[in-house]
Amino acid sequence: MMEFGFSLSPSSAVDLDKVDTSRFDRLVEMEPQARICIGCGSCSATCTAEPYSGMSVRKVLLGLQRGRDAEVDRMLAACMLCGKCTMVCPRGINTRHLILSLCRISGKGKEGKA
Amino acid sequence: MIYKGKQKIWSDYQKEIPDDHWFYVRSCIRQSFFPGSERYFLGICRDMLGKDIHETEHHTTCGGIAYHSDTIPQETAMTIVARQFALMTEAGYKNLVASCITSFGNYTETLETWREFPELEARIRENLWKACRREFEKPEYVAHASDLVYKFRGEIAERAKYHLVDKETGEPLRIVEHIGCHYSKMFPHKGVGGAEYPCVLSGMAEAWGGKVIDYPERRHCCGFGFRQYLVQANRGYSVSNTHKKFESMEPYHPDVIITNCPGCPYFLDRWQYVIAEQTGKTYGRNGFGIPVLTYEELAGLVLGIDPWDLGLQIHQVAVEPLLDKIGIEYDPAKKYLGLNEKEIMKPGLPHVLRCC
Repeated sequence: MMEFGFSLSPSSAVDLDKVDTSRFDRLVEMEPQARICIGCGSCSATCTAEPYSGMSVRKVLLGLQRGRDAEVDRMLAACMLCGKCTMVCPRGINTRHLILSLCRISGKGKEGKA
Repeated sequence: MIYKGKQKIWSDYQKEIPDDHWFYVRSCIRQSFFPGSERYFLGICRDMLGKDIHETEHHTTCGGIAYHSDTIPQETAMTIVARQFALMTEAGYKNLVASCITSFGNYTETLETWREFPELEARIRENLWKACRREFEKPEYVAHASDLVYKFRGEIAERAKYHLVDKETGEPLRIVEHIGCHYSKMFPHKGVGGAEYPCVLSGMAEAWGGKVIDYPERRHCCGFGFRQYLVQANRGYSVSNTHKKFESMEPYHPDVIITNCPGCPYFLDRWQYVIAEQTGKTYGRNGFGIPVLTYEELAGLVLGIDPWDLGLQIHQVAVEPLLDKIGIEYDPAKKYLGLNEKEIMKPGLPHVLRCC
């Protein structure tokens, strides 16, 4: 291949026909409430870890549905399980429990922290 | 009632294009990229259709490339534009037609800025007077050359020697139309169909027998983006944009891409070579690329002008598969002969992209 001094950047487009959503599907089995999230972002707004780490429950759910597992794992690692997001959710989702379930699915449990 | 309402809404998207008497300003790069395009714009509109289109050797670049590359301030670009207006005024014309989309955007942006800030117009008039002792009247109408070809598409169709159909199957050719960003994305009311439904090229393609294909990234930028290309370190952005468009249009198997901007056909054409070298992938059939033509070149082909007179041998992607599909006659031996059958040299062949 010829060297031009520049190269193609990978596309950031998400092809929903190709992404792996198996983690989201398993989460929905364990936590059916995951489906009723309206993505309002109240959880992100109140998150203590968000300003320092980019943690956001809204983005976690969106990332799972777009197959962005690495991004999701990075956010989950920053969660302190304080539960403030659960208190403000207008849909009444137990987001703290949802994160714990997701950590179990990922095999990266937060039992020690909890 | 509903139909009338739709008609009214659609009429808001239309653009009034005067029929005759135009002052023509050329592009600074098209004459080297696509040498036949401007020549045959004049050939079709002036010589064939008998329109009054005047040009002068005294006009210069509009300054658009330097302005969009952040190397000159807007006031300098406006003063250059003011000089073009002065040449138009001296020649006795009131309608300006630009060959280049960037120029069209630049002239439009200048006039709109002066409308909002009249004191700036006064300052530019003063600058122009100090610089070259010229005065000007603002054009009553600014159009892009593709607006005129769109307006005359019916007359061209009446004189057509070929139609955009597959000669074997009789099916219309699948055409991708790509409109330059500065045509109607900046000032939607200045383009035919506005920014939402620009139909300046699709109107031509359909009038000449083709079928326009819709694909997800249809309105995405070609990738030129001025600094994206002009700064070498940024060229990855440019080629990635183009790659995204080709990946998006590939499933629809386009036969040809038509454009109305100087940069778009150049990058959609040349980047196919770079993408082929970098990824080993080509987007046409049998290892060829997808030919990328300007609207003048397409009009010329429809009218039966010799492809090599139109300058199609200057393109990176070979046009022969398209010519064969339509059934256009051409002499392969004359591909690299210029005016008076002078040799214009043969290019080296790429490793991946098939060119002959």
